[in-house]
Parts: sequence; structure tokens; C-alpha cells
Amino acid sequence: MTILKVTGLTKRFGTTDVLRGIDLEVARGERIAILGASGSGKSTLLRCLNFMERPGGGTIALDGQVLGREGKSGERTYRENELIQVRQRVGMVFQQFNLFPHMTAIGNVMEGLRTVRGMPKPEAEARARKELARVGLAEKAETYPAHLSGGQKQRVAIARALAMDPEMLLFDEPTSALDPELVGEVLAVILALAEEGRTMMLVTHELGFAYHVATRIIFLADGAIHEQGSPDEVLKNPKKERTRAFLASHKQFSF
Amino acid sequence: MRWDFASVFDNTDALLVGAAGTLRIFAICLVLGLSLGLLVGLGRYSRNRWLHIPATVFVEFFRNTPVLVQILWFYFALPILLPFQISPLAAASLGISLNSAAFSAEIYRGGIQSIETGQWDGARALGMRWGQAMRRIILPQALKRMLPALTNRAIEIFKMSTLASAVAYVELLQQGKLIASLNYNPIEAYTAVAVIFFVFLWPLVQFSYFLERRLRRDE
Repeated sequence: MTILKVTGLTKRFGTTDVLRGIDLEVARGERIAILGASGSGKSTLLRCLNFMERPGGGTIALDGQVLGREGKSGERTYRENELIQVRQRVGMVFQQFNLFPHMTAIGNVMEGLRTVRGMPKPEAEARARKELARVGLAEKAETYPAHLSGGQKQRVAIARALAMDPEMLLFDEPTSALDPELVGEVLAVILALAEEGRTMMLVTHELGFAYHVATRIIFLADGAIHEQGSPDEVLKNPKKERTRAFLASHKQFSF
Repeated sequence: MRWDFASVFDNTDALLVGAAGTLRIFAICLVLGLSLGLLVGLGRYSRNRWLHIPATVFVEFFRNTPVLVQILWFYFALPILLPFQISPLAAASLGISLNSAAFSAEIYRGGIQSIETGQWDGARALGMRWGQAMRRIILPQALKRMLPALTNRAIEIFKMSTLASAVAYVELLQQGKLIASLNYNPIEAYTAVAVIFFVFLWPLVQFSYFLERRLRRDE
């Protein structure tokens, strides 16, 4: 069953075409890893899916419902209320965590429930504790982000996204800002979510992790889908030259 | 010369009345100036030109004209243009509040702009509206950074209140002038006024240091 359908998605920054017509269908329970060189449009694609960036052209349909409406000039216009609904259904985890530094870990996790959902405090707090426990940080509930390690921060950020009960999760290079020894704890949390059968899309440079966790790999080049398929197809037997070159450069020093 | 504070002490009542007047206009201008400043600062921050342009005109106008002239203008010129009289307190409050709003608007704008865009991303990704993100995420962090500058504004407002004496509003300087003219002892009278100002402002500044320390507990 399709949860997200993207048709002809384009995005341009100034005179640069970052996305040149992406067509993509995501089924419930799918886990898609998006690979590509820097500047290939991976993050922009992800950010368009929950409207952190407004798509330039094309359409996005969530659960069969096409978002926005055709404007006079042919460009789609989106209502604020509509986008707010979408963002609650499609959670996002950022490379730089983007935790709120003036709130404790549990404050961060409760914030969406309290401010966006209007949930009463005791209920929100109980829910937030549950999510913090899920990412293994129950004992850090009252700690401010400044006193957490990078890996802990990212786990709080994941708990914060999970608290909103998203139907789909977007991870934008969740381990790229972490010290190497902290990557594992974050990947373990993401893996656990994968095993629950959650729908997720993940931009990453961790090829090994992508191989293990993803049900589909998309290789992006120059703002278009260059190659896609199962992890075995794309990572072990890539058909296209650019995919091979990309994989080779990433495995250069493996032993 | 000999210092003689006798006439100052004899007129303690007058100074108390003046102090009450100073505190009253300070409270009015602090609240009006800093809250109007927030609105104007949000206008300056906005990319909507119907908000941005009026806010910019407001800031430039009130930053580049002297407060004293504004107070005198409100007191003497406004009643000619409008069909009502204006009290010395109203004229002085208007001048000082609008001037403070213009200066604090720039503090607010700078403070809001200094917050990383990732904070907006984090708030929006949860489904927050612009106003919710501003109130819950952006402003609390910005206020912490702005506190020293806003404290300076508050001190400035307190001292600007003396300008209200130009339209004969009863505040500390006005009462000081009165006492000075009674026995012609301006040195003692104005020294007393200065001391009273210091006694009011010094704890205010200490309180702001305390606030800064408290706000830093998340670091």
C-alpha cells in the first residue's frame, strides 16, 4: 500500500536545478536509503517530502491525497494548515540534531505534544518518558542538550520525532555529525525502528548500514534517480558506471 | 564652600513625590517601549514588505530625532493637530516609549536573527506554526542573548525619564530643580538627585546579572 507518491518533483535554488524530476513511490513498511555524492540533491529531496523546502514543480501525494493546489501561474500553492498536518505525519531527524538547547531532554520530547497537540502535561510527560526509554535515555530526561554527547543528542532527537506518532520517518544524514565511536548507538536505535516495520527514508553515507537496514536503495546523481533497486542489486551489482564509481570511492580504504 | 544638605532633608517629601513620579513614568515606558519594540522588531524581521517597510520607517524616524524634541513636540504640537489636550505624563511617556521601541526593535531583530536556522527546522518539523515556533523556541533563546542589551535599554529609559521635566512633569529632576531654587543650593539638590538615581539603578543592574546567570543554567 502506497503511503507517499512523488511525481515529477523539481527544485531550483537560484539558477541551479537541484532536483530534476523525481518520481518515487513509497509503500508502507518500506525502508529506503538514498545515496549519492554531495550536491546530488539527497537532502533537498528529503526536505521537500515534509515541506521544509517548498517543491518547485511536480506533486507529492500522502496517502493518496495530492497536496497543495494548482495556482494561477501553474505553480502549486500550499496552505499552512495542510503542511502542518503533513509534518506531524512525516517526522524528521536532522544531521545537526536541532534540539532546543533551552529545554531538557524530556522537555524537547514533550514540546511537540504540548504545543502542537495541546496534550495535558502529565500525559505528555508520560509519553515522552516512554520514548526516551525506547532510545535508552530514560536516566537523561532532566539533562540539557549541552550536557549530552552527540550520540545521545541524536537519540533524543529521534525520541522527539517518535513522540508525534509519525507514519513515516525521514533521516537526513543522522550520523554524519557524530564522532565515529558514537555512530553505532544511533544506528542501533534506527535498526530497532526498522525491525518494528516503520516506514523510513534515510540519507546516509554508511553503506554497510544501508545494506543491512534498507529494503530499497536509491542512487541519486545530478538531481535525478540514477539507479535504484534492492541493496543486493545496487550495492553489490550496480549496473551504471556512476553508481560503480561512487561505491568504489566509498570503499577505497576498506580492508 | 560648605556643603549644606539641610534644605534637601527639609524637602524629603518633595523628593519622595518626585521619586514616585520617576518610577511611574519608568514603569509605563519600560512596558510600552519594550513590548512595542518587540512588535516593531518582528516587523523589521518580517519578509512581508507591508510589515517591513512601516517598521523600518518607524525605527529610522524615532532613532534619528532627539527624545527631548519628541516630548516637546507631543506636548506643544500634537494638541494643535488633534482636538484634545495632552498631559505632561502622556507627552513624555509617548516620546520616551516610542524612542525606546525604535532602539529595542533593533535589539529584538538582531537577537531573533542570531538564532540558527536549524532551530526553525526543528520546530517546523514537529508541526509548529510560525507563531508557536517564535514564542516557544526562538524568542526564549533570543531573549537570553538580548538580556544585556535590553538591560541597557531599561537603564537608559530610567535616566531618560528626567527629560519629562521639560514639560513640567513631576519627577526627581523636576523636584530637584524646585529644591535648588528654594535656597539657591543647586550642588546639594542635584547631588541628592544623582544619588537617588544611583540607589534605584544599581540594584536593577544587579538583578539583571542575576537573571543572566539563571538563564545560563542550561549551558
